Amino acid sequence: MSQVNRRDFLRVAAVAVGSGVALKASQPGAEATVWQIDPALCVQCGRCATNCVINPSAVKCVHSYPICGYCDLCGAYLQPAAKTRDTGAESQLCPMAAIQRTHIEGVYYQYTIDEELCVGCGKCVKGCAMFGNGSLYLQVKRDLCVNCNDCAIARECPSGAMHRVPLSESYLLKTDPPPEAQG
Amino acid sequence: MRRYYSTLLVSLLVLIPAVHAQDGAFRFPMPEFESGYHHPEQVFPGADLTNPRVDVLVLAVVLALSAWFVLRRRNRRELLALTVFSLVYFGFWRQGCVCSVGSLQNIAASLVDPTFPVPWVVLLFFLLPLIAALFFGRVFCAAACPLGAIQELFTLWPLQLPRPLDRVLRLFPYLYLGLALLSVFLDSGFLICAYDPFIGFFRQGGSFNMLLAGALLLTAGIFIGRPYCRYLCPYGVLLSWMSTFSKWHLRIPEKACIQCKLCEEACPYGAIDFPVTEAAPLTRHAGARQLMLFTVLTPLVILLCAWIGMMSHVYLARIHSDIRLTERILAEERGEVEGMTIESEAFRSGNTTIPALLESAGKIQEQYKRGSAWLGAFMGLVIMVMIIRLSLVRHRVDYEANKTHCVSCARCFAYCPVEEEAGCVTQ
Repeated sequence: MSQVNRRDFLRVAAVAVGSGVALKASQPGAEATVWQIDPALCVQCGRCATNCVINPSAVKCVHSYPICGYCDLCGAYLQPAAKTRDTGAESQLCPMAAIQRTHIEGVYYQYTIDEELCVGCGKCVKGCAMFGNGSLYLQVKRDLCVNCNDCAIARECPSGAMHRVPLSESYLLKTDPPPEAQG
Repeated sequence: MRRYYSTLLVSLLVLIPAVHAQDGAFRFPMPEFESGYHHPEQVFPGADLTNPRVDVLVLAVVLALSAWFVLRRRNRRELLALTVFSLVYFGFWRQGCVCSVGSLQNIAASLVDPTFPVPWVVLLFFLLPLIAALFFGRVFCAAACPLGAIQELFTLWPLQLPRPLDRVLRLFPYLYLGLALLSVFLDSGFLICAYDPFIGFFRQGGSFNMLLAGALLLTAGIFIGRPYCRYLCPYGVLLSWMSTFSKWHLRIPEKACIQCKLCEEACPYGAIDFPVTEAAPLTRHAGARQLMLFTVLTPLVILLCAWIGMMSHVYLARIHSDIRLTERILAEERGEVEGMTIESEAFRSGNTTIPALLESAGKIQEQYKRGSAWLGAFMGLVIMVMIIRLSLVRHRVDYEANKTHCVSCARCFAYCPVEEEAGCVTQ
């Protein structure tokens, strides 16, 4: 008690430096971040399906109904070379048959993504962006994502679309017109 | 018929400006449904993870138990049971994330990036093992770290590496630590997470290379105890610094050592210092002169290593994905390679021009030039400190655990005949 030896001094110094770094690092008041895809940057390369650490991927296709044109000839649902517009497996673009097509009225159909089946490959997203309104897009489902330190998809994303956003800004949703359709 | 065509024409004329006005909207506007259809509501669930407080609590309890088993109970079997628990909980159940080894990158990233705060869970995962090491030695390595645990269980027929080779290989964790920090500071990703060899086993899936590296390390680990911990783990560097100054590090014989050498034979990690009883190899005067020489050499070695680091920045800069992209784009432009990669295709479909890419790549390379020089200087310092420490011969009577390198696996107790509970005492 009466005298402080060198080792004790070093110990106290280490704890002091550690606490300083901790205080600087924790940045009191700053918000936690989560991984999200920016739909405007996504190029549908298909790596979300293969690079996620959980299998199947935490990235799923999300359907923005207010953007959808409810087309009969849907570029996201049907193979480009499909002979008939039906629900046959040979007509479907989705390799997992994760898109359900239900008739509403007249020539209009509703398309729903079955999240249990979706693997996030983005084939339908590409089809919809090419031939339709772009109402389909890929997004990280936060209930599935384990929020890795270093997202394995972000590491390989060719367009930098996967990035951290503050918790309050998730989800990054697509409700505006797609950039291709703008002037 | 005529009426039909005129109607069509009028509607077309009306439609043309309408189409122009709708340029900002969609190709196919949402139909006005007559059947009163309403689209389903979209559900965006929040995170559904294990409460992180549980993880921190488990870590704290495991650290405390580990210290208790090593220092008080001096029982390897109980420690081994705890190791298996940690492997199952932190490894297979929590899938190896968040881990203390990777957390040092979060700390480094948050120091340079104000938009990336460290969650308090990660902060505690970083600090708790270090604080424990400061008091009890590397009890985290002994039983809490899932990476250490899986290797501990694979240490079956350990061979003793020659001491000099062991000490030289122990420089690699410093290099890995330096590279990982460089990568984080220059915004090139988390290397420690990307090259975690065992995470593929914990998640039961991963790239082929990741699983292969893990399998190779585990196979090597059968003969060379804990290869990742000893010769790669960057967090182990910080732990060893703390452990060197630990207050209550384990001691091999509680009573008098009988110099039976069994503990040294038992230690698979080369972490036992043997007695040095003969006279010092150099006289006091010669020793002082040698130390002086090393001290004078230190700045020169640091400068040399910094120069080597700076020269290697061209290769190191490839850690950054933009540099790899730039090299690919340039090769495509020169016609050296056929076709496009997904990256170069994505770049070409974007808005960035090649000159802009080149300019940003130049900036990154400039940063890497400076960073690599610092990395080299750090390695020079590490090498010189190692040489100086090796040159200082300390008089030692008994076999002792090296506080820096010992991972508190408790094998030495199990073999020590002086231990009270050991049943194999013959004399």
